[in-house]
Amino acid sequence: MFRFILSRLLQAIPVLLIVITATFFLVRAAPGGPFSAEKAVPPEVIKALEAQYHLDQPMWQQYVGYLNDLAHGDFGPSFRYPGRTVNELIAGGLPITAELALYAMLVAIIIGVCAGVFAALKPNTPQDYIPMSAAMLGICMPSFLMGPLLVLIFGIGLEWVPVSGWGDLPGDKILPSITLGAGYAAFLARLSRGGMLEVMSQDYIRTARAKGLPERVVVLKHGLRGGLIPVIAFLGPAFAGLLSGSFVVETIFQIPGLGRFYVQAAFNRDYTMILGTTVFFATLIVLFNLLSDIVAVWINPKLRHQLREGH
Amino acid sequence: MDQPQVAAPATGGPLNGTSKNALFPRLLRQLRAQTLMYYLYTLVLRAVLSCTHEKITIFKGTMMSKHVTLKNGIEPAEEGTSLWQDAWFRLRQNTFALCGLGVILFLCIVALLTPFIAPYGYEQQNLLLGAAPPSAEHWLGTDIFGRDMLTRIMYGSRVSLMVGFIATSVALVIGVLWGTIAGYAGGRVDAVMMRLVDILYALPFMIFIVLLMVVFGRNILLLFLAIGAVEWLTMARIVRGQVLSLRRQEFVEAAVSLGLSRWTIIRRHLIPNTLGPVIVYTTLTIPSVMLLEAFLSFLGLGIQPPQSSWGLLISYGVETMEEYPWLLLFPGLTLSITLFALNFLGDGLRDALDPRASKN
Repeated sequence: MFRFILSRLLQAIPVLLIVITATFFLVRAAPGGPFSAEKAVPPEVIKALEAQYHLDQPMWQQYVGYLNDLAHGDFGPSFRYPGRTVNELIAGGLPITAELALYAMLVAIIIGVCAGVFAALKPNTPQDYIPMSAAMLGICMPSFLMGPLLVLIFGIGLEWVPVSGWGDLPGDKILPSITLGAGYAAFLARLSRGGMLEVMSQDYIRTARAKGLPERVVVLKHGLRGGLIPVIAFLGPAFAGLLSGSFVVETIFQIPGLGRFYVQAAFNRDYTMILGTTVFFATLIVLFNLLSDIVAVWINPKLRHQLREGH
Repeated sequence: MDQPQVAAPATGGPLNGTSKNALFPRLLRQLRAQTLMYYLYTLVLRAVLSCTHEKITIFKGTMMSKHVTLKNGIEPAEEGTSLWQDAWFRLRQNTFALCGLGVILFLCIVALLTPFIAPYGYEQQNLLLGAAPPSAEHWLGTDIFGRDMLTRIMYGSRVSLMVGFIATSVALVIGVLWGTIAGYAGGRVDAVMMRLVDILYALPFMIFIVLLMVVFGRNILLLFLAIGAVEWLTMARIVRGQVLSLRRQEFVEAAVSLGLSRWTIIRRHLIPNTLGPVIVYTTLTIPSVMLLEAFLSFLGLGIQPPQSSWGLLISYGVETMEEYPWLLLFPGLTLSITLFALNFLGDGLRDALDPRASKN
C-alpha cells in the first residue's frame, strides 16, 4: 500500500512538470506581448516593465526562475491587475469555487447514488426506467443550457430563488450547485446502477440473503461496498470536470470564483494569471486523481490483494 | 409584417439578400424546404415503425445462431451469421437506438442540404420584425435582428456536426494507430507508449484547450485538432486491449508465416478486427466532442460570430432569455436532442457489438 502511494506520487511529478512546461512555453509563444494592447507606450517604459517582470531575460532563465518561484509557492504578479499577485487572486476565488464544487459534488453523490441504487434494485421495471431516463436527460443537457433554464423557471418565473450571486442573498447557492452537480448526478446514477447490478448477482450476496439478513442490510452493507467502487474511481476525474464546469456556472450566475477569473483572464490575455491558474488547477486535479486512486484501492480488497502480490 | 421584405426589391435596394423579385423565389424555397423536411420526417418515422413492428413479430434470438443437429449426431458447422449481421439484428431490436440513428441521419441530411433548403438567407435580416415568436413564416421565431431561427439552427448544425465528426475522426485515427502499434509491438515499445497515454490522461485537458484557444486565436481548424488530441486516449487504450488479445490468435500467426509485412498485418488483419469496440466508442465520442465545442463557443472561446454553432446560439439565447425565451429554447432543444440521439445510438451499438455482451 505504501509503495503504491509512493509510486503514484512519483508518477504525478512528471505530469505536473509537463503541465508547467507546456503551459509556460505556450503562454510565452502567444502572439502579442502582455503590454502591447495598451496605447503607445514609450520604449523605456516597456523596457522597465519587461525588466520588472523578468521578460528581458533569455527564455530558459525565465523558465528556471518561474519553476523556482513555483517551488516557493509564488505564482508571480498579475499582468493586468498591477500590484496584485496571482496568489492573491487565487486565494480570493478558491474558497468560493471550492464551496461550489463541494455542494455540487454533494448534490451529485446524494441524488446520483440514490437514484442508481434504487434503479438497480428492480432492473427493467419502471423503478429502473424512470430514474435512468432522467439520468439520460441529465447527461444530454449541458450545464450551460440547464443553468439558464433553471434560472428562467425558478428564478424568473416562480421567483423562488435569486437568479445570480453567491452568498449575498439567502438561497442563491441552490441553483449553481444543482446546475453544476446535475450532470455528474446523472453520470453517477448510471455508474452506481451498473456497479450495483454486477455486485447484486454475486455469490456473497446470495450467501448474505441465505443467512436470513434483512434486504436492507444486504443492500446497504454488503451490496453498496462493492457496488460503489466504480463511483469512487470516478470521483477524481469528476472533480476535474467540476472545476472546468465551474467556468460556465460561475459565468452564468456571476459568481466571483476561480473559474470566472480564469475565463476573464483568458479574455484579457492576462498571461501570468492564465499560467498560474492552469498550474494551480492541474496540481489540484492531479492530486484528486491520486486521492481517488488511493481510496479505490483502499476500499477494494481485490485490488489491495493484487498490490500485495506485487503489481 | 412582410412589408420591408417586399418593399426592398421594389426600390431596387440591395438590402435584401435576393435582389431580383425576392418574394417569389423565397416562397418557393420555403415551400421546397418544408416539403423536403416533411418527406424526411415521414421516411424516418416509417423506418422506425417498421422496425418496431418486426420486433414484435420476430421472436428474440431466433436468428442469433442456428444449431442444426443432424440425425447421425454429427455436429455440423454453425450456420453462419457474421458479427455484423448479428449486430444489425440486435440493433434493430433496440427502438431507442434506431430512433437515435434516424435522428442523426435526418440531421446529417439537413445539414448537408442546408444551403439549398434553408428557408431564408443566413444573414438575411429583418430589423423591423425584430425578435418575433414562432409563426407560420418563421417556424422557430426570429432573433433580435429578425434573422430566421430555423435557418440559423440549420447553419449551426453544419458547424456543430462537422466539429463532432472531424474532431472524432482525428481522435479515431490517432487512437487506433497508437493502440494498434502499441499492442502489436508489445514489450518496451508498448510500455513506453502506454505510459505516455497514462501521463496525458492525468492532464487537465479542458483547461489546456481553453489555453490553446486563447493563445492561438479562435481558429476552427485548431479546435478540431485540440479536441481530437484530447479524445484519442481512451480510444488508444481500447484498441490496444483488443490487439493484445488478437495478436496471439492463429490467423495472425498464419499471416506472419505467409511473410506479410508488419504494416500489412496491422492494416489488413488487426485493425478490421478491432472495429466493433471502435465504432461503439466513436459513437459515444461524437456527443462529448459536440458538447465540448458548444461549451467553448458558449464561453466565447470557440466558433466566432460570422460562423455559427449551436453553442454560440445558446449563448446568445441566454443573454436575452428573459424577453425572448425561444431564442434559448430551440437551439438548446436541438443540441439536447442530438446528444440524446447519439448517446442512445452509442448505447445500442455497444449492446449490439460488444463481444462480451454477445456471449451471454
